[in-house]
Amino acid sequence: MAAAPRDVPVRTIAVWCPDWPVVAAAAAEGLPPHVPVAVVADNRVIACSAVARADGVRRGLRRREAQSRCPGLVVLPADPDRDARWFEPVVVAVESLAPGVEIVRPGVVVVPARGPVRYFGGDEAVAERLVDHVAGQAGTECQVGIADGVFAAVLAARRGVVVPAGGTPGFLGPLDIGELDLPGEAEGGRAAPTRAHPGGTATATGSGGAHPRSGGAHPRSGGAHLGSGRAHPGGTSGSGRADLVDLLRRLGLRTLGAFAALPTRDVVSRFPADGALAHRLARGLDPRPPSARRPPPELTVEVEPDPPVDRVDAAAFAARSLAERLHEVLTHHGLACTRLGIEAETAHGEQLARTWRHEGALTAADISDRVRWQLEGWLTGRTGDRPTAEVTRLRLVPEEVVEHAGLQLGLWGGLGESGERAHRALTRVQGMLGPEAVLTPVLGGGRGPAEQVRLVPWRDERAPALDPAAPWPGRLPAPAPATVLPEPLAAEVRDESGEPVGVTGRHAVTAPPHLVVVRGKSREVRAWAGPWPVDERWWDGDAARRRARFQVVVEGETALLLVLEGGRWWVEAIYD
Amino acid sequence: MRVGDAAGLSLVDRVRQGAAPATALAERATDRVLPVRPSLAPLLPWGGLRRGSTVAVEGSASLLFALLAEASEAGAWCAVVGLPALGAVAAAEAGVATERLALVPFPGPDVAAVAAALMDGMDVVVLGGTARLSAADGRRLAARARQRGAVLVPYGAWQGADLELSCTEGRWHGLGAGHGHLRSREVTVRARGRGAASRPRSARMLLPAAAGESAAGSTGTGTGTATTPLHRVPAQRAKAG
Repeated sequence: MAAAPRDVPVRTIAVWCPDWPVVAAAAAEGLPPHVPVAVVADNRVIACSAVARADGVRRGLRRREAQSRCPGLVVLPADPDRDARWFEPVVVAVESLAPGVEIVRPGVVVVPARGPVRYFGGDEAVAERLVDHVAGQAGTECQVGIADGVFAAVLAARRGVVVPAGGTPGFLGPLDIGELDLPGEAEGGRAAPTRAHPGGTATATGSGGAHPRSGGAHPRSGGAHLGSGRAHPGGTSGSGRADLVDLLRRLGLRTLGAFAALPTRDVVSRFPADGALAHRLARGLDPRPPSARRPPPELTVEVEPDPPVDRVDAAAFAARSLAERLHEVLTHHGLACTRLGIEAETAHGEQLARTWRHEGALTAADISDRVRWQLEGWLTGRTGDRPTAEVTRLRLVPEEVVEHAGLQLGLWGGLGESGERAHRALTRVQGMLGPEAVLTPVLGGGRGPAEQVRLVPWRDERAPALDPAAPWPGRLPAPAPATVLPEPLAAEVRDESGEPVGVTGRHAVTAPPHLVVVRGKSREVRAWAGPWPVDERWWDGDAARRRARFQVVVEGETALLLVLEGGRWWVEAIYD
Repeated sequence: MRVGDAAGLSLVDRVRQGAAPATALAERATDRVLPVRPSLAPLLPWGGLRRGSTVAVEGSASLLFALLAEASEAGAWCAVVGLPALGAVAAAEAGVATERLALVPFPGPDVAAVAAALMDGMDVVVLGGTARLSAADGRRLAARARQRGAVLVPYGAWQGADLELSCTEGRWHGLGAGHGHLRSREVTVRARGRGAASRPRSARMLLPAAAGESAAGSTGTGTGTATTPLHRVPAQRAKAG
């Protein structure tokens, strides 16, 4: 394993796969390498292949614009799970040459340099071997960088350089201050940042501030962070670091070297905790203060899933509850995890283990993501050592912890605590009834009262089914009905002469409705309005639906939402 | 720590038996009462939803949403069990925060166990399908709510509720003979219960209120057809003292 953390960073090898989200997406779709590919989140390009880049596609472009620059562009949605799943073979390939692999995020692994460098006889030799081996074993291109410390090593890997021992501050000095933000981008949804040219310098990095990391960039942030209350305020990832970089830039500190030249005392007293951490990084020191320590064994959490986990969805559920337990234990001790060991044991006694590293503190959702990714990586097994049986035991070992004041609960047990409590209760009910039994409504676009609601399992991504911003002609004005029947109730609507009421092709009522008959009970109409015609998908012969909605108030002041479709009336909802 | 709460609660209960209006403010100050809309507050003897109490709602989902809205907006977590017909759009329009609203539409055969588990963490638990619950289960759930400091809101008939709210004399506005659309409904909300709530109270209000008013959380003078509050019987407000 890696040497114990000291103030002088450990010499580290970083292996970086350029454009990883694109590589993973293309591999998953089985696309050949000459096809231009872009991965898109929130309608913005977050990564593109070299072929697409040659046509002018860049990160941050709108999808439409990217397609106009490169007409043959294959656009794929971002999927952190997929990125992680396809990354496992690369990890295995690196591990077979150098022990002690730690995954920084899908696309980047780091490994202590001392052993392999001595074994293979030199920095360049190791780098060459790794590039060859990863290409041969995993079929993936990668770049290797060697420097003192993880931060510098990852930056070196992006440039494909080997920084001589002790030369790290000199290597970091001239780099753009925006680099502080990019490597911290360990959140899954914001996939590995890619550069216009891997060898590019500060000019390419300058876009760091402008890349799409606005609030919604993390596709899961809504649901995933709900239960965990607030995101860790003292954490390093997220907009906090972007704000810091922006601030430093405005202060005229444009390079890491300029920031590093500030006295530590002044940085600590003027910036939040994250600023001090960033300062250490810029100086080429180990990001964690020397107090980071090996955790006592009782922090390890373990679960024996019953029934044993063999499917990815079951793995996700096990991951979630286990991650929460670990997070709870750590929070209780006022600690946060910076390196997480995930260990699994199968029914045939196989032992699987993998270490994930995070520059900042892992939140409950972060831990859960990583455990899920790892389990998916193992279970979907694109590598030779796929487990031969289901996982019977799962263990999370916090291999390195730091004091974390940012996770303290509010003094009066504010929203954070009640949110955690609520979340625990809901998770328990999910355990009793299954994850799909506990839902939360997400409102979106649509015309009918039922269409506008999408029920998503608790803690899943809160994305509406239909675009709420789009115009929805035929949508009824507020207030919405308070009771929406899960199954519409058949009804009859008659006019004064007892004839059924219909709607003409020009959306005119054949006669004013006089009676509504539901379940054999007829009630007189006191007031009515309509039709609100709905012509859905008229361009698609099979999916096309023509409906007309009516509001009626019948005897007893009951207001109903009626819908007429194909000559039949239904009660869709009740205003009660 | 929850056990301590329960003990404190029973003490507050005993105090409340003597002087309901006087304790209302004190209870609110100690966060024992979740807020409700100003129009509903006079109907509730504690001026809000007292933690640990059972408040049954009958016959109107709009009333249910109106009851939850203020607390939900203020950060309370609500769960709705066994109500697959819940109109989430209407709930959101009434002011219920959907990101803190959990639904268990099909709780399976053991509704009571699910509701009990939810009361460990949720502030308000709405329980549908009450007819299928036995009286003993009902008592157990009410006791659980008391112990956990949650508010149990059975939607439907319920024996032994601290308070029962129901809607009568509804009158819809905004819909004509072939024109207009439903805007708001004027109803009389009646409350009757036990102990401090034994005196029946009622108030006339808009449920649902016309669009725009609900967002403000009040039923002030309406736009167009109706104005509220019309009148309250009897006029008794917690803040009078």
